[in-house]
Amino acid sequence: MATTSFRKAKRLLSLGIGTVGLVLALGVILLAIVGPFVAPHSPLDFAGAPYQPAGDGLLLGADSLGRDVFSRLLAGGSGILALAAVATIMGVLAGAIMGVAAGYLKGAFDELVMRVLDVAMAFPQTILALLFVSIVGPAPWLIALMVGVIHAPQVARVARSASLKVADADFVLFAETTGASSWKIMTREILPNIFDPLLVELGLRFTYSIALIAGLSFLGFGQQPPTPDWGLMINENRIGMAQNPWAVLAPIALIAVLTIGMNLFTDAVSRLTRARSAELNEAEPQSQALDLSSAGSAR
Amino acid sequence: MDWYKDSVYARLVVRRAILGVLTLFLVSLVVFSATQLLPGDTARAVLGRSATPERLEALRAQLHLDDPAILQFARWAGGLLSGDPGISLVNGKPVAELIGPRISNSLVLLGLVGLFGIPPSILLGIYAALRRGRRSDSSVSVVALALAAAPEFVIAIGLILLFSTVVFQWLPPVSMIRPGMSILDRPDILVLPVLTLSLVCFPYIFRMMRASMIEVLESDYMEMAKLKGLSPARLVFLHGLPNAIAPTVQVIALTFAYLAGGVVVVEYVFAFPGIGQGLINAIATRDIPTIQCIVLALAGFYVAVNILADVIVVSVTPRLRARAWQKP
Repeated sequence: MATTSFRKAKRLLSLGIGTVGLVLALGVILLAIVGPFVAPHSPLDFAGAPYQPAGDGLLLGADSLGRDVFSRLLAGGSGILALAAVATIMGVLAGAIMGVAAGYLKGAFDELVMRVLDVAMAFPQTILALLFVSIVGPAPWLIALMVGVIHAPQVARVARSASLKVADADFVLFAETTGASSWKIMTREILPNIFDPLLVELGLRFTYSIALIAGLSFLGFGQQPPTPDWGLMINENRIGMAQNPWAVLAPIALIAVLTIGMNLFTDAVSRLTRARSAELNEAEPQSQALDLSSAGSAR
Repeated sequence: MDWYKDSVYARLVVRRAILGVLTLFLVSLVVFSATQLLPGDTARAVLGRSATPERLEALRAQLHLDDPAILQFARWAGGLLSGDPGISLVNGKPVAELIGPRISNSLVLLGLVGLFGIPPSILLGIYAALRRGRRSDSSVSVVALALAAAPEFVIAIGLILLFSTVVFQWLPPVSMIRPGMSILDRPDILVLPVLTLSLVCFPYIFRMMRASMIEVLESDYMEMAKLKGLSPARLVFLHGLPNAIAPTVQVIALTFAYLAGGVVVVEYVFAFPGIGQGLINAIATRDIPTIQCIVLALAGFYVAVNILADVIVVSVTPRLRARAWQKP
């Protein structure tokens, strides 16, 4: 066991640019988690003049109200990350349940799920999410729910097609002859065997969750002032970009590094798992083409 | 009805159109019920806490808030169908008059993206396919992955930092115009929004073009054409491209459908007087008739372009097209 996980880790490290992406993303996540505890100032206290340039005790200068940009930066990521994590887990879980059930049970249930998904994907989901959040108000539960709902149909499609491939495998047929329940077969036999594509989905969904949630808070539909939040900081300090660019540049850079790093890593993992599955069962290699359906409507 | 029976093509269009109308009906139901979700009294939520009883009463009468919800929906949907989406709550002007110019501004934006953003993406896809596996290919691919991941507002603000404030001051950071002016009078305000949206579209189009071009380049007929001694340009553009373009055209259409959401953020960043910025403004002022109308317009665009994507796939895929014209 130890050797296989070691081998797995080694293979992950050999991903080149994917490793770089992982390290970058983990760095930003670490900064967002540890940041609030090591910030030199309170993110809400005034530490200097408005848009005071960097230097003079303030590493990245001051923001529109004279608060320390560096401290707000350290404190402003955890909200986005937590919300993105919750939304991603909800969406992937719901999608996986729907997809595995549709792919294994087939028949009328499959048909029903697929038609519902078609309708869901025909909706301009991002716009509707914006509508709901703007009307009900920027409640965190609503944002997480909306983003999760956007993800679920895409994940369900991937989970369904992956399940269809293993639904007729010998080990599933064997489990059926031993009288195992459908639930047991889906959780014990199917799920472990579609783990790879689900893992890739998890990475993709997390990236899009961050992009969506940061975008909402940039538009003012996320955390409300004076809470430190990367998306909000960018919008608050836009006017003073010429005086203290750091107040905008730093949160922009962190969001960019996080999302880009995650995507580079996920892409490398997906290429790896695809190559492995092609190697293992010589099944028709999945199209190398970009998964636009997920990329597009997710955001 | 012979044309209908004869052509899979026509059948596809009709079926997709019916589905599209159905989707739009569902979207309008959702949009309508969403605005019913306003916490508490809708009139008070719109006017705020300091509103006088007279104004509340007037607004209730204007929005017919005391009628049953079904009747309200029927009246609203009927108004939309007859081209009258109602009156703005903010300045009392007809909503259609307010968003008409915004729609055309946004369409100009999207048109320019199609004109200046799409061809370079296609050409880069072909270039990367020709140089597949080499360093230039993998570096463009990494750039595409990065652009696909970065949120639109990050790209937009990044461009503003680069071209209009900190590094260079070449272009205006906002795309505002004086009332009565056309956006076409100020081409400089269009550059950054068009560039942003083009960069947003680039990764999807590039990757699809690259993938399908690689597939075509490895085919037997391309080998044959090469053996015939055709020039590389002729090989790629006359023999390769027509066979490789179909999936890319579909992706282009889907990308534009996706931009129905993307324009909201990008127009907001640049204060571009389009429909997306109109939506954000309407939300800020709780102008419900305008919100409803803009969301439906964006949804209509989304649905229409999706149908177009399906139709395009059939018409540019020789195999499907042949089937479409065959008699059953």
